[in-house]
Amino acid sequence: MTHAPEKIAICANGISASIGKHPILHGITLDVAAGRWTSIVGPNGAGKSTLLRALAGLLPCTGSVHLLGRPLAGWHRSDRARALSWLGQNEVAADDLLVYDVAMLGRLPHQPWLSPPSDADHDAVEQALRATRAWDWRQRALGQLSGGERQRVLLARALAVQAQVLLMDEPLANLDPPHQADWLLLVRELVAQGKTVVSVLHEVSFALQADDVAIIAAGRLRHHGAAQDAATHRALEHVFDDRIAIHAVEGQWLAMPRLLPRREPASH
Amino acid sequence: MIGTVAQRGRWLAGLLLLASALLVPLGTGVGSVGLENLWPALWGDGTDPAARAMAWQIVWDIRLPRTLGAWCAGALLGLAGAVAQGLFRNPLADPYLLGSASGASLGVATALALMGGGAGMVGSAGGSAAAMVFSGHWLVRLGLTGAAFAGAVLAVLLTLALARGVQHTLRLLLAGVIVGVVLGAFTSLILLLSPDSLQAMQAFLLGSTGFVGWTSCVLMAGVWLLCVVAAWALSRVLDGLALGESTAHSLGLPLAPLRAALVAVLALATGTAVAQTGLIAFVGLAAPHLVRAVVKVPHGRLMGLASLMGAVLLAGADLLARGLIAPQELPVGVLTAVLGGGYLLWLMHRRTGPGGVL
Repeated sequence: MTHAPEKIAICANGISASIGKHPILHGITLDVAAGRWTSIVGPNGAGKSTLLRALAGLLPCTGSVHLLGRPLAGWHRSDRARALSWLGQNEVAADDLLVYDVAMLGRLPHQPWLSPPSDADHDAVEQALRATRAWDWRQRALGQLSGGERQRVLLARALAVQAQVLLMDEPLANLDPPHQADWLLLVRELVAQGKTVVSVLHEVSFALQADDVAIIAAGRLRHHGAAQDAATHRALEHVFDDRIAIHAVEGQWLAMPRLLPRREPASH
Repeated sequence: MIGTVAQRGRWLAGLLLLASALLVPLGTGVGSVGLENLWPALWGDGTDPAARAMAWQIVWDIRLPRTLGAWCAGALLGLAGAVAQGLFRNPLADPYLLGSASGASLGVATALALMGGGAGMVGSAGGSAAAMVFSGHWLVRLGLTGAAFAGAVLAVLLTLALARGVQHTLRLLLAGVIVGVVLGAFTSLILLLSPDSLQAMQAFLLGSTGFVGWTSCVLMAGVWLLCVVAAWALSRVLDGLALGESTAHSLGLPLAPLRAALVAVLALATGTAVAQTGLIAFVGLAAPHLVRAVVKVPHGRLMGLASLMGAVLLAGADLLARGLIAPQELPVGVLTAVLGGGYLLWLMHRRTGPGGVL
């Protein structure tokens, strides 16, 4: 870890997980720094989403996961739900619910059972829907929206939780470039407020916008370091079989495809 | 703008209540003796007291409980449909298609076969299972409802086990059909083994409101009240589940116990309706769909509206079943099966394709 003195938001210690009988993760140990944005990247099928699910406590796994210093299993359900917000990938979504009601579901962990939403809940929902520019459709059903619009509503739902830690699996799916840029600004703002963001991103250039990058391949952590570090770039190029090259363009890091004849994959 | 959705919901509720208020008195007037004959007998001057008593009996003892019973059974089925569709995140889930209605009727048939000998003890006319089906005795009705509930729970669990979860629409529906057919076969077998009750049980299983008395009516109303309150209290789980299992879990919802509670509500509502009125198909499927076609509400409000819609649908269908070929009657279950089957076909054609139900 290059940021040893900082606080740790999520600490995974030797986690292994299987889906069915198929082992996916093999003893991953990872400390996610608090108040920073960490991207998880890696080739298709590397186990990125599985790792994120394990960090969120959505998947049974061996090893231990600590959230904000406490073991995940030691948290009360609703306390954990207030501290950690989850945005999944390609989840079935309620076509018949209104956008506003969907975002309000993010406030469930804050509401006592059977009590109606408070003013604070309504404020949080409005703020979240405005942040993702979805406020104008609040009275439309989710089923009437396009894929990108729907993604922005689901993102607003995750923001409405106002959690300290946000885990997002492919949050840029279906978003067009202006809204991808909006999302990047939004994450910067969240991090500036001291929140911790962990995202799985398959787009390497977007992943390099993060503070830290965790590189996963074949269910193992290959590298974890600052997105600016040359070592991180080398590890990324290596894990993608040297078929990408990372360049600095106008102050940002860009992963370009390297058009070489295909060679045997490097041994991971 | 937020007001408009709530307003539309209130408008729909108001309209459905109005329709109910019209259907119930109408229901007392349709049958072999029409309102035009009943009215003077009831209220006319100088009517023969015997004729007046008879007319009063027709209205009070037969038609009113029957019409209210149809309303209550419809409300139970509409509620069960809304719970099933939310719980299984499947727009085609329905007490009938999930096999729970078949399970409930197997429960009723089994209870009748087992209790047949004891019928005399609880005071029903004669000792046959046939008389038990239509008995108005509290113990009989409660016993049959309990048996139907147990059968419905069993059927839902079987369907879920066969479908290995709820994610796959086709698998869930196929499993429901298989469970329905197999349990239906067992029901037929039980009926064959008790031939004296065959005809009465068959009439019952076709779905009919013709035998609903005040006991059944009160029982259904009580259970409906219980179920609608429970379903409303659990409705946030359904809203959360609509966003997918992971999201619901991440929102801190204790899914396993709440799901079990919802299955219990589903089975209780279905079982209670089936134990009083037999198998009535498609009301549970159509009611939530029709509500959602008008207004998009969270599950909490959907529960009440789908109940009202189911009640109006079944009370209306019952009226039709009695009026269409008067003075003869159609079993209302046959009518809802024909109308509901058409509705399901229309849903399939309308929604096949991207984002469709199949």
